[in-house]
Amino acid sequence: MTGENGNIIEINGLTKRFGSFTAVDNISFHVRKGEIFGFLGANGAGKTTAMKILCGLSLPTSGEGTVNGFSINGEQEQIKRHIGYMSQKFSLYPDLKVWENIRLFGGIYGLGFKELRKKCVSIPESLGMEDYADKSVSSLPLGWKQKLAFSIAMIHNPEIVFLDEPTGGVDPETRRMFWEMICGAAENGTTVFVTTHYMDEAEYCDRVSIMVDGRIADIGSPEELKGRYGEPDMDSVFRKLATKAKRF
Amino acid sequence: MNAIEIRNICKNYGDCKALSDITLDISEGEIFGLIGPDGAGKTTLFRILATLLLPDGGNASINGTDVIKDYEKIRCSIGYMPGQFSLYQDLSVEENLDFFATVFGTTIKENYDNIKEIYSQIEPFKDRRAGKLSGGMKQKLALCCALVHNPSILFLDEPTTGVDAVSRKDFWNMLYRIRESGVTIVVSTPYMDEASKCDRIALIQHGRIIETGTPEQIKESYPYTLLSVKGKPAYPMLRFLRRCPGIISCFSFGSEHHAAIDPKTTDERTLAGLLESNGFKNCRIKEIKPTVEDCFMQLAGKVTDNTLRIK
Repeated sequence: MTGENGNIIEINGLTKRFGSFTAVDNISFHVRKGEIFGFLGANGAGKTTAMKILCGLSLPTSGEGTVNGFSINGEQEQIKRHIGYMSQKFSLYPDLKVWENIRLFGGIYGLGFKELRKKCVSIPESLGMEDYADKSVSSLPLGWKQKLAFSIAMIHNPEIVFLDEPTGGVDPETRRMFWEMICGAAENGTTVFVTTHYMDEAEYCDRVSIMVDGRIADIGSPEELKGRYGEPDMDSVFRKLATKAKRF
Repeated sequence: MNAIEIRNICKNYGDCKALSDITLDISEGEIFGLIGPDGAGKTTLFRILATLLLPDGGNASINGTDVIKDYEKIRCSIGYMPGQFSLYQDLSVEENLDFFATVFGTTIKENYDNIKEIYSQIEPFKDRRAGKLSGGMKQKLALCCALVHNPSILFLDEPTTGVDAVSRKDFWNMLYRIRESGVTIVVSTPYMDEASKCDRIALIQHGRIIETGTPEQIKESYPYTLLSVKGKPAYPMLRFLRRCPGIISCFSFGSEHHAAIDPKTTDERTLAGLLESNGFKNCRIKEIKPTVEDCFMQLAGKVTDNTLRIK
């Protein structure tokens, strides 16, 4: 569900305070349907706080916004139902088998019995891991765990998926394999909202925002940003903006 | 002289071979990097060297002292910063530092010169509880606590994981200053771009060391001709390149792709022609030198289970 302007996320004046500390300070931005949007920022810049609000896990102190057409101020439950989310920490159940995890998360997202049975076969198949469907998730190599976690985050065919540092600590080849899955999902029309500390990955995004001290310091395509700051790569752009941070 | 000598170290957890036959020498006063992804065995090796874990086979010595027989002696001469923040969250900055100094039979005052440069940055917050510090400040405090007893070797297990690009650069500058005082530093990281900041590195995956040397040596031993290929649209172009004749492997590196080629089968001009005739725009191809990340993927590819690899 998107607005007339084709934006799947619209945020205006979003602010979140914890006591006297303003974690997110009056930010406004939008995400277009079908784009890969990189949400960058230094540690403590307010990324996680903002992302929690977008995912319906926390209420803003002030400000308005919609995610997939639902208000961040009153329709949290609708937001949760309609987005996919993959957390920084691996969040499948390691003691459950591959198909049991699929059934558990599919059930939570309200898939019917027939569809669940189909997914328990089709997901392992599409990942080329049919032989592992009956194995516990803890026995899978890291690369497969990540692929499975991503597929499960997409189990209810959400129009937008939030990925919180999906590639931290992952080996270089798996990291690229994972981004190829992200690009594939985007080609199929899914909007991807992603955070990362790898600045080479920022180059794969259609547009990125860079948060500094609770505000969005700049936003644009990697090409635009590199041009604007006269830097050869996103790593240098990021450093230029993030070193202005006053917060410690 | 070698500060650390590791000979044929093995460690298994049940069926999982965490470390297989690790042999390494680390020289006095160098910054030695253990470079590898999660689950490669970096933490297990650190715990064995820090005398917190017994190996199943092999032996290791630190400053000539055996890690199994003389563990008590070793503990006084090393500093260890684990990957998980492991200070006391309810104690203040100063109380934490005082605690670690006392455990090692010394005082903050006695070794103040050792930590002055880093500690002075967090000293204004010395009464704040450690749990209330920002990520960057926690890291500085942890580093002070690992240095307060004047160790000759410092073990840092993934000190920059999850840390943003700016703070990571600051942290490396601190390490260089510590090295100047003669301390040997062993540091692990999953970030390949940090490899080139070390004096020497070992690339580690699945519990095995796949290469050791200076970053330059490792880059020089890369066996293929490597091309940087730019053009639009990037993702379809990547898939197209992998199907072109003479391409050994092709991966994205930010805004470009790195393609390893067999120069007998293809070259820059042939590829440029293929890309343009298939509708790709703004194509630019040039030969480049490999990065440590290119080398890691090439070396890891030789030992990885092929079914897992990108085809």
